[in-house]
Amino acid sequence: MDGIHDLGGMEGFGSLQIEENEPVFHADWEARTMAMRVLMGFWRKWNIDASRHSIENLPPADYLGFSYYEKWLASLVNLLVGAELVTVDEVKKGFSATAAKKSIPPIDAAGLEAFLPVGKPAMRELGTKPQFSVGDRVHTLSHMPSGHHRLPRYIRGHFGEIVLYHGAHVFPDTNACFAGENPQHLYTVRFSAEELWGGDASIRDTVTADLWESYLEPE
Amino acid sequence: MVELGDKKKHAHTLLPSEPALRVKAIETLLVEKGLIDPAAIDAMVEAFEGRIGPKNGARVVAKAWKNPEYKARLLLDASGAIAELGYSGLQGEHMVAIENTESVHNLVVCTLCSCYPWPVLGVPPAWYKSPAYRARAVRDPRGVLAEFGVNLAMDTDIQVWDSTSEIRYLVIPQRPEGTESYSEETLASLVTRNSMVGTGIVTIPEIKKG
Repeated sequence: MDGIHDLGGMEGFGSLQIEENEPVFHADWEARTMAMRVLMGFWRKWNIDASRHSIENLPPADYLGFSYYEKWLASLVNLLVGAELVTVDEVKKGFSATAAKKSIPPIDAAGLEAFLPVGKPAMRELGTKPQFSVGDRVHTLSHMPSGHHRLPRYIRGHFGEIVLYHGAHVFPDTNACFAGENPQHLYTVRFSAEELWGGDASIRDTVTADLWESYLEPE
Repeated sequence: MVELGDKKKHAHTLLPSEPALRVKAIETLLVEKGLIDPAAIDAMVEAFEGRIGPKNGARVVAKAWKNPEYKARLLLDASGAIAELGYSGLQGEHMVAIENTESVHNLVVCTLCSCYPWPVLGVPPAWYKSPAYRARAVRDPRGVLAEFGVNLAMDTDIQVWDSTSEIRYLVIPQRPEGTESYSEETLASLVTRNSMVGTGIVTIPEIKKG
């Protein structure tokens, strides 16, 4: 998806706003939004790729205008309604529809404490051999479909070199639309800054990205 | 007693911010429907305001500086080596450690969202999630670093790592000179969050210089 989220290399954003001694959260609501997003994932109505796609699908003006956790909140509500965990009416009124039966939360505090050190590994076993090896030169695809994917615009259609191999990982493109995990071999690919940005870039600088096998073709 | 006319107090409003009200409304709805356990929300917030943060990463770096065998393990299998210190899990399931040297400086970004190694660094600071950093880190890393006060020699190679998958990167910054006698604990106290993302250099504070 050629969305506003694909920011790498865009210009005009100005200098960085760096806050000294920044708190972990600037307000309670930020922390609770972050927690709710993680905890509501335990209903297994969506996965991490679908949740990223939901943020990407916010209107571009909102994407840039909202604060970080406002984006998380807006996308959480979209996910909740999309998964039919709540209705638009309930969100508007702020209380449960009278007929709705009360559920039991899928995870409590003890369950969360057990989950945090484990997380959700994305690596999977895959019967096929990787097509590429470290040191191979590869070319990235020039065109991508409209759904969720993880091949940023700025590295499409470029030549790079495989520098790391990570085993097979869940393929975000299909996982995001609930079409299966379809694990693929995952590589870190290094591109020279000159290849990506032209002659003005430092010949010493490089950019790497983690790319799934189907994003790559042999040089 | 309500003191509406107290002129000595600073001007203020008691009305909560709009996002605070919205989040409260959503949380209330989810709790009312039995969809979320508020105690689990509290536990998550406490974990990330407390034990899960850059102090964890600093301990990993300090141990790597002190112990060459640990550093070798960290560079070979970062997830395993980091788990030795008790840090693992959510948003750090697949770790890779990258080492800064005299000739190579590493910088981590997530251009597509805000991927960041939570178990060792906690949740990311605002600048890491900002459009400016995400847009510029891959295209103008030297300009970005200069804004952090990091001015590298022109003959230093900059390697930018765009976190486009579930791999999470931890930069092992260069150990400052003159710290040979420092304990692991003292070394850890020098390691900043930014140095583990690549937007900082570890230095010895004036007070510690002897």
